[in-house]
Amino acid sequence: MIDLTKKAGFGLAGRHRAEKRFKWVGRSAIAISLMFLALMVGSITLTASGTLRQTQIAVQVDLGAENVDPTDPASASYGRLVKSGLRDMFPDVTSRREKKALYNLVSPEGSFEAAKLVAKDPDLLGSTQTLWLTASDDLDLYLRGKIDITLPQNQRQISDKEVVWINALQANNQLRRVANWNFLTGGDSREPEIAGILSALVGSLYSLAVCFALSFPIGIGAAIYLEEFAPANRLSDLIEVNINNLAAVPSIVFGLLGLSIFLGYMGLPRSSPLVGGMVLALMTLPTIIIAARAALRSVPPSFKEAALALGASPVQAVFHHVFPVAMPGMLTGAIIGMAQALGETAPLLMIGMVAFIVDIPDSILEPATALPVQIFLWADSPERAFTEKTAAAIIVLLIFLISMNLIAILLRRKLETRF
Amino acid sequence: MSVRTTLTAAAALLAIAAPAIARDQIQIVGSSTVFPFSTTVAERFGKSTDFKTPVVESTGSGGGLKLFCAGTGLDTPDITNASRRIKSSEVELCASNGVTEIVEATIGFDGIVLANSIEADQLNVSLRELFLALAKDVPNGDGGTMPNPYKMWNEVNADLPAVKIEVLGPPPTSGTRDAFAELAMEGGCKTFDWIKALKKEDKSAYKALCHTLREDGAYIEAGENDNLIVQKLQANPAAFGIFGYSFLEQNGDVVQGSVVNGVSAEFEEIAAGNYPIARSLFFYVKKSHVGEVPGIAEFLSEFTNEDTWGDEGYLADKGLIPLSAKEREAWAAKINGLSLLDM
Repeated sequence: MIDLTKKAGFGLAGRHRAEKRFKWVGRSAIAISLMFLALMVGSITLTASGTLRQTQIAVQVDLGAENVDPTDPASASYGRLVKSGLRDMFPDVTSRREKKALYNLVSPEGSFEAAKLVAKDPDLLGSTQTLWLTASDDLDLYLRGKIDITLPQNQRQISDKEVVWINALQANNQLRRVANWNFLTGGDSREPEIAGILSALVGSLYSLAVCFALSFPIGIGAAIYLEEFAPANRLSDLIEVNINNLAAVPSIVFGLLGLSIFLGYMGLPRSSPLVGGMVLALMTLPTIIIAARAALRSVPPSFKEAALALGASPVQAVFHHVFPVAMPGMLTGAIIGMAQALGETAPLLMIGMVAFIVDIPDSILEPATALPVQIFLWADSPERAFTEKTAAAIIVLLIFLISMNLIAILLRRKLETRF
Repeated sequence: MSVRTTLTAAAALLAIAAPAIARDQIQIVGSSTVFPFSTTVAERFGKSTDFKTPVVESTGSGGGLKLFCAGTGLDTPDITNASRRIKSSEVELCASNGVTEIVEATIGFDGIVLANSIEADQLNVSLRELFLALAKDVPNGDGGTMPNPYKMWNEVNADLPAVKIEVLGPPPTSGTRDAFAELAMEGGCKTFDWIKALKKEDKSAYKALCHTLREDGAYIEAGENDNLIVQKLQANPAAFGIFGYSFLEQNGDVVQGSVVNGVSAEFEEIAAGNYPIARSLFFYVKKSHVGEVPGIAEFLSEFTNEDTWGDEGYLADKGLIPLSAKEREAWAAKINGLSLLDM
């Protein structure tokens, strides 16, 4: 007779050790990947933190009637007024070159800001007022200690003269740092101090809305037909293989298709989120179809069989009983597909969405860009201050992605049926 | 149910959008080198006038001209930027698609610099030495060529430092690379008399010899992103990088430009035409669109304003090297008068 207990106990200690070892390998794998993630997010957040606040500079601007016509304040030349305000602060600046350096302490946006402040508050008119205007990117970097002034003058963006001015301004409390809301409410700019993310964010939202409106219904429809109604023959197999292949096609190919069909043949407007969304929809369709079919397959066949046995037609059986149960899985697949589309730039390049867009688009037909494109464009800009903007844009994109995935999880929790 | 509604809505949307829409916004495409300047002008133009801010796409010079020459319809761009002059083949392509009236504009210069980390010594190099260090094939001394044997700078010329030749530069798709090959490599190449003579006999052999960069690892294609090259130079003081002057200007605290043919890569030297690796920047306007798309004439006058492209203009702050005052005056008259391209 064989002693089963003895046989079962054979090598038990060794097997326990192996199990322990495997657990530790798994844990360290997770720890390492978490460490890299923390390193990446940490360094990006640290760089991006410079975007949170923006330096402003107080300029005395003479808004008297001889400079600004009280009946038509918009017609005044605020650029000139701001410049003369700066000159009054440093009367010893006379040479042309020095004057230019002085004017450059204020962002080129300053004159537009002055006009806006006056338009908002007409009471300012008639006398000399202190206006807080956005300072230049170099001044901002200097104040935050990002410019090493121990280097020779010609190796840095800010000269000794400017350092003297800035220190004088600081001593007079004419510099302050305020929350940089403009980053979230403004469009792109070539001046880093006023560049904002909103035009790209809105562009991404419009594109994704178009993408969802097209790819979700089409994808779900295709999945239901293929899974529940399509006859099992060569043609269905061929379609299935091709859908799986399409999911692996490089995204730029879809961009080329969009260029020749949507722009070339259909004549849709270039750079518009409509075309962007259509191209992204083509790209996400295979993902959605595959996920939706998996969701349909996971519904126990007994549901459909019971419905059919009780006299429901196949369409009724599918739409009344199988489809609602599979819905959460389909939605999750769709949102994961959308998240993938959110991060794409390659197909957008071909249809003109890799562009400099200042105005916030009002509709899906107006030129727009997208978040990842904005990151790409800022990363490629020579101005040093754009490094921080790039990091901040990455954070915005990450928040967008995380919230999409969160919605996917919440929807699944809410709608999921457990058997 | 909701599926059906969405589908109908999507179909309706396409039906509305299908006819080409009249544009009230200038469309600009083209070179990524001109992009920072073009966008700056576009932004100021949009803010200071009632016109919409022009849309500027970065497609590369060749890609931009291809789009520009695709036709005269309003679905084609109005302006294309280029970091080289339009080729006669492109003028023909344009003409075959009905784009016969093109206005040319030169806006300034861009210097291409060879730079390294400020932690290392500044390099003083001639174009001939640059060619010998970076060409795929070099003269072997008795009228023929041999694969580039040089591994160290001091093998090219004993006065140069004993550092491994390691140069990071743009890939072949880049206009900066074309300009570097044409100005620096060819410039050094034709200092050999027999190669200069070759140009007349066999132009394609001459071009292949002069323009081909080595592929044995001494020249490293570092992508189109110049910021990345600057970062790599910071990390590796032995390496050199090739990029546009504006990146040198913005990163003067970490990299330094090499002296080429005895001329340092400085704003004044490039503007005066002394620095050998400098090219002109252009844009091209479709004349038939002036008046059709609102604001083109005003955009051109903004671009040719002294406050924009002058010596003290805002484009100079962005790293554009201005034309001479006389040239600016001549070009401004041509551009604003919409005189046609003359090849």
